[in-house]
Amino acid sequence: MVSIKVNGKKHELDLSPDVPLVWAIREHLKLTGTKFGCGKGLCGSCTVHIAGKAVRSCQTSVGDADGKDITTIEGIPEDHPLKKAWVKEQVAQCGYCQPGQLMQAAELLSGNKNPSDEAIVKAMDGNLCRCGTYPRIKNAIRFAAKEGGK
Amino acid sequence: MNSSITRRTFLKAAGFTIAIAITPSGYKILSAKESEEAIGKGFSPNIWLRIMPDNRVVITVNKSEMGQGVYTSLPMIIADELEADWKRVKFEVAPAADGYKDPVWGAQATGGSTSIRHMYEPLRKAGAAAREMLITAAAGVWNVPAAECQASQGSVKHAPSKRNITYGELAKPASALEVPKNPSLKKDGQFKLIGTSVPRLDVVEKTEGTAIFGIDALVPDMLYATVARPYTFGAKVVALHDAAAQKVKGVQKIVQIDRGVAFCADTIEAAWQAKKATHIVWGKGEDPDLNNESLAKSFEEHLSRDGVVARKDGDVQHALSAAAMKLDSRYYLPYLAHVTMEPMNCTAQVQQDRCDIWVPTQNQTGTLMTAKKITGLDPEHIHVHTTYLGGGYGRRFEQDFVEEAVQISKAVGRPVKVIWTREEDFQHDYFRPGNLSRIQAALDEKGSPTAWSHKIVCPSIFARVFPETMKKGIDNAAVEGLSNLEYDVPNVSVEYVRIDTPVPVGFWRSVGSSHNAFTVETVIDDLAHMAKKDPLRFRLDLLKKHPRAQRVLELAAEKAGWGKTPEKDRGRGIAYHLSFDSYVAQVADISVDRKDGKIKVHRIVCAVDCGPVVNTDTITAQMMGGIVMGLSSALKESISFGRGKVLTENFDSYDLLRMSETPEIEVHIVQSDAKLGGVGEPGVPPVAPAVANALFSLTGVRIRDLPMTPEAVVKALKAGSKT
Repeated sequence: MVSIKVNGKKHELDLSPDVPLVWAIREHLKLTGTKFGCGKGLCGSCTVHIAGKAVRSCQTSVGDADGKDITTIEGIPEDHPLKKAWVKEQVAQCGYCQPGQLMQAAELLSGNKNPSDEAIVKAMDGNLCRCGTYPRIKNAIRFAAKEGGK
Repeated sequence: MNSSITRRTFLKAAGFTIAIAITPSGYKILSAKESEEAIGKGFSPNIWLRIMPDNRVVITVNKSEMGQGVYTSLPMIIADELEADWKRVKFEVAPAADGYKDPVWGAQATGGSTSIRHMYEPLRKAGAAAREMLITAAAGVWNVPAAECQASQGSVKHAPSKRNITYGELAKPASALEVPKNPSLKKDGQFKLIGTSVPRLDVVEKTEGTAIFGIDALVPDMLYATVARPYTFGAKVVALHDAAAQKVKGVQKIVQIDRGVAFCADTIEAAWQAKKATHIVWGKGEDPDLNNESLAKSFEEHLSRDGVVARKDGDVQHALSAAAMKLDSRYYLPYLAHVTMEPMNCTAQVQQDRCDIWVPTQNQTGTLMTAKKITGLDPEHIHVHTTYLGGGYGRRFEQDFVEEAVQISKAVGRPVKVIWTREEDFQHDYFRPGNLSRIQAALDEKGSPTAWSHKIVCPSIFARVFPETMKKGIDNAAVEGLSNLEYDVPNVSVEYVRIDTPVPVGFWRSVGSSHNAFTVETVIDDLAHMAKKDPLRFRLDLLKKHPRAQRVLELAAEKAGWGKTPEKDRGRGIAYHLSFDSYVAQVADISVDRKDGKIKVHRIVCAVDCGPVVNTDTITAQMMGGIVMGLSSALKESISFGRGKVLTENFDSYDLLRMSETPEIEVHIVQSDAKLGGVGEPGVPPVAPAVANALFSLTGVRIRDLPMTPEAVVKALKAGSKT
């Protein structure tokens, strides 16, 4: 039995502690916004926050997340500047990697209200997008940073 | 044949509906009453448009959404002709059914950059027919001449009496009317949505994380499954030792299916654990020694064989022997993986009398046929639920993932979700074919091309997928961009040598153009250099019969500052390609680190002529996406083979372009009233040659094998110019 707290809600799960967090979130808690991409921490599709830090949920076991505060894309408010910016910049194409991209960007902005282009690229370089939405992701982050304080 | 059709379906449907039936000669637009009558006559119409009494407009989309924005652009086409209030427009995903087939293909599928091209006319006519019926209905309600009534923004207005009635209020009287045979379509200048930039209707759910992809399917009582697939190409299971696997907690069933062994469990992690605990003895497969070198050798050996002639103008051999200047170049281009960010998956539930499939597919008709073959059920009992596709690029046209899921569910009698790992997704792809080309070309004393001999050794996609299209043994995909080479050269020969290897090949975004644009556009650049002419001028001179090609080249060049000296230590290259009826030219600005060989692409300027524009932003986004995917393959991607199988496993051995490697991208759309062209694929082909040409202009070094990895660049720089 493991207990995890996701988006403010506690869940008891009858799972082996070594199950990757991504599967606990997606298939057991049915929060499917978090995506499986590679299982090796190489693409960033499964990015969630644990205690405010962006982590690859395919590389974190559910046991390691026990008792910690986990936030998924579903836990980011609809009026979050990044969600608004993503819509304004029409970032998504197929959309599959976007929850992971957005979670990564949310960590960046939480620690750096006005990131430089270099800081954006550095923070986002671990997140792959096959549709090639990178230029718009960059624009959306810049826009959200600008709007963030408003 | 279609599950949703029974008599009374149409008349019972709420609101005012317009249906379309796909006929052997195209399509027919029908009212509810006409649809009911048509069923008995061998037609199977389906509802495409519903106007509800509460003014909602629901438009059914028959194409798969994989990033290209069809859930917005196709509704825009109907809504514009309909004069709908866009704010009230919703889209609905079509089930797999005859009435939702693509009228040009006679199949329900998405690919070949055809969604707009094939659906533009029927959707416009359906929207226009509905608009005219609503006007007629309003005129009837008011007892005024229809000519005095006007439709606008979801209602009909009668100016003389200043009356207004909404489409919702007209739903009932409009339903009683017949569909006009030749509804009048809007003229240029009358469009309100078409030709503008309309935000995507799916962007919010894709941002919120609520969009449901195939892998997100959750069906009550569902099992999870993983499949052990052949270790080497074509190998079969010889022995299965699964005693340990049977004991894994949560394991339900281990079954053999056509492709291998399926492990079904209560959770995906238990299914994987069971697979890991199993020892399978595989047969040898087709070529247990297959590796990169043996493949290269086989391509090389095929190059000396005679192929089939795909094009022959004049006398190439004579022109080559008489030439003042000539070149003879070889290109070896790799196998590539699609790498959709959502790995392959499919959920199926086979029951006695019905089969449900939740699948991210580009090919609903293929899915129906696959399920029919396995279950023996009639298509009317097979329900295909198309989810969002986490990338397609041609991979999801295939049926292998559907076949597995349906076979497993049938065998275990429960719903099953099959999830592929990233490793499996790489290793069991239908790859962009590797290919080897030899091009001999010649110039006369004035520097004008006199001969172009192009021989390509390439596996055939069509021989497997559409064998009936293989006229004279020519795979049209393998020679696309060659058999229709537009450069004005008097003597041209194109020869195709088919090579059959155990490596499965399939459609990969822009298909044959993804490799042939590279060979053609770099050879043209070499010829320009030999002729001592500017590469842009050289191209324009050879494209006098193709003004659209000239236009995109000129536009891209102008916007990129062609002719002005690039920044210090930067090179600039240009390329163009015609594919899927669209012209695209791109200019690349690059620099190279001469020590570590890393190419930095600073900027790509793109000009596209795809004919009339539906959604400006879609075109921009698709060009951008095509450029990133094209650059990714040009600089980084190649599949590696060894020990009879694919060695590539994950992103650590096959990385994609990342944000730090993505250049500034500028897209310019040509105002054009030419034939409609596609936009999903044509952005890909020109970028690789534009970059290679930029590298040549900067360093004098010509790279002819892809990808242009840092190692390859260092090697080429050391060897000096190969030209």
